[in-house]
Amino acid sequence: MRKGMFYGLLFTAPAILGFAIFTLGPMIASLVLSLTDYNVFKEQTAFAGLDNYMRLFSGEDELFYKSLGITFYFVVLRVPAVILLSFGIALLLNLNVKGRAIFRTIIYLPSIVPAVASAMIWMWLLNPDLGLINSLLSRLHLPTSNWLYGEGSVIPSVVLTTLWGIGSTVIIFLAGLSGIPRQYYEAIEVDGGGWFRKLSHVTIPMVTPTIFFNTIMTIIGSFQVFNEAYILTQGGPNNQSLFYVFYLWRTGFRDAEMGYASALAWILFVIILFFTFIVFRTSKSWVYYEGGDRT
Amino acid sequence: MFIIPFVWLIRSSLMNLSQIFTMPPEWIPAPFQWGNFHKALTVLPFDVFFKNTLIIVVTVLVGTVITSSIGAFGFSRIQWKGRDMVFAVLMTSMMLPAAVTMIPSFLGWQMMGLYDTLYPLIVPAYFGGGIFNIFLLRQFYLSIPRDFDEAAFVDGANYWKIYTRIIFPLSRSAIIVVALFSFLASWNDFMGPLIYLKSDRLFTLALGLQMFQGTYTAQWDLLMAASATVVLPCVIVFLAGQRYFLEGITLTGLKG
Repeated sequence: MRKGMFYGLLFTAPAILGFAIFTLGPMIASLVLSLTDYNVFKEQTAFAGLDNYMRLFSGEDELFYKSLGITFYFVVLRVPAVILLSFGIALLLNLNVKGRAIFRTIIYLPSIVPAVASAMIWMWLLNPDLGLINSLLSRLHLPTSNWLYGEGSVIPSVVLTTLWGIGSTVIIFLAGLSGIPRQYYEAIEVDGGGWFRKLSHVTIPMVTPTIFFNTIMTIIGSFQVFNEAYILTQGGPNNQSLFYVFYLWRTGFRDAEMGYASALAWILFVIILFFTFIVFRTSKSWVYYEGGDRT
Repeated sequence: MFIIPFVWLIRSSLMNLSQIFTMPPEWIPAPFQWGNFHKALTVLPFDVFFKNTLIIVVTVLVGTVITSSIGAFGFSRIQWKGRDMVFAVLMTSMMLPAAVTMIPSFLGWQMMGLYDTLYPLIVPAYFGGGIFNIFLLRQFYLSIPRDFDEAAFVDGANYWKIYTRIIFPLSRSAIIVVALFSFLASWNDFMGPLIYLKSDRLFTLALGLQMFQGTYTAQWDLLMAASATVVLPCVIVFLAGQRYFLEGITLTGLKG
């Protein structure tokens, strides 16, 4: 077809070049760097083989395991919370109520607030002495918390602040819900089935592809949390919110150990790939595609 | 639950310190402290931060819209060998954690002498404009009937004409969505400026606000006024374009 190859490459050249320059190149460079002891403050850089990786896994770097554990804890806590809450909200918003568009907008709005600004708001709402949340709790004679300043409460608190921004996940669920054909519900109504039967026999099976998509995206995003760590807690108190990417940033950009930080980055990449792969593998047993398996 | 933090932000930005801390909390400022905004925005050079942010946002938006739409055109309306395979490879970059490319990219920009300039935050937008945006537009372009191109070819048009005269104008709503995403992403970006900028005079609003937090920790009235100023443009832009926003994601985000 009309010089397709030439024009095809011409139009996609920026994207292909961009991939080569800003993704593929840095990826290879990062892998090579992770095998060196490159430090901005040192004169010479030597090839270090797998030394960086050995140092990480040998247990010599306690903060590596600590940040890994904290990040896992965050992911385990956050992913189900995000999925359940946003699915629940999407179900409510999918009902035919008046002012639906306004509710959708309100739910989506927080996810467009800049991270720094939303952190500022939450730091204050959660302030142990002056914050709205503790003052409401104490007026209701409920126990208060140190929130971001408590070693045990800091991670759940960060999860809480990120739940404010689930709007885009809700919207994707809504898109999935709106794609369910009406006839399925009507069939259940004819059989005399109620709300719960519709949910368990139609809604949930039909949105499994969306649940799948949202779960993968939430896992990938949760492993990479950085802004909250930097702005809300700076890793504190007592390193109890030392998120992996924050530790990586600190190692690379504050301590200038860029070789070592590159090794950290690659381990994160492998971890994310691993979990994505696991979810993909298990998806065959629970994700339902209309018209047969797509793979 | 979703709206209270906004209300809290706005009411606090218009109170003086003693009223902010009144227990039980009051919701209506009395009197309104409009002066907070003036004070908050003048103790640090927020006008400079604003100008920098605007430069980044506008140039990134232009780059993103142009290169992602021509890329999407090349991946959907032109037949060429290996097209879908190349697209699949590009799609994998969506799975890659930003952390992996962060350090080499930084070193690359530094070697070119462009550390502590706005270039590292702008130039990448002119190389593809983000694979997610290409994906979004490609889905949209695929839904436009082929007959349009065929008719145009018969009339002697070439690919460039088809793109500029037919496809681009027809995809206005999807383009608006991409522009909105681009605006929000660069307005909200924190890690990029944090890594690439050192001088105050180049700081963006996000960095400025963070710096403000460090300097005026106890001045909650001013902090809230400054935060409100950073949030407000996002909210306005979103409300202005929300019709396309919700539609755009709903229609093109997941089908495929």
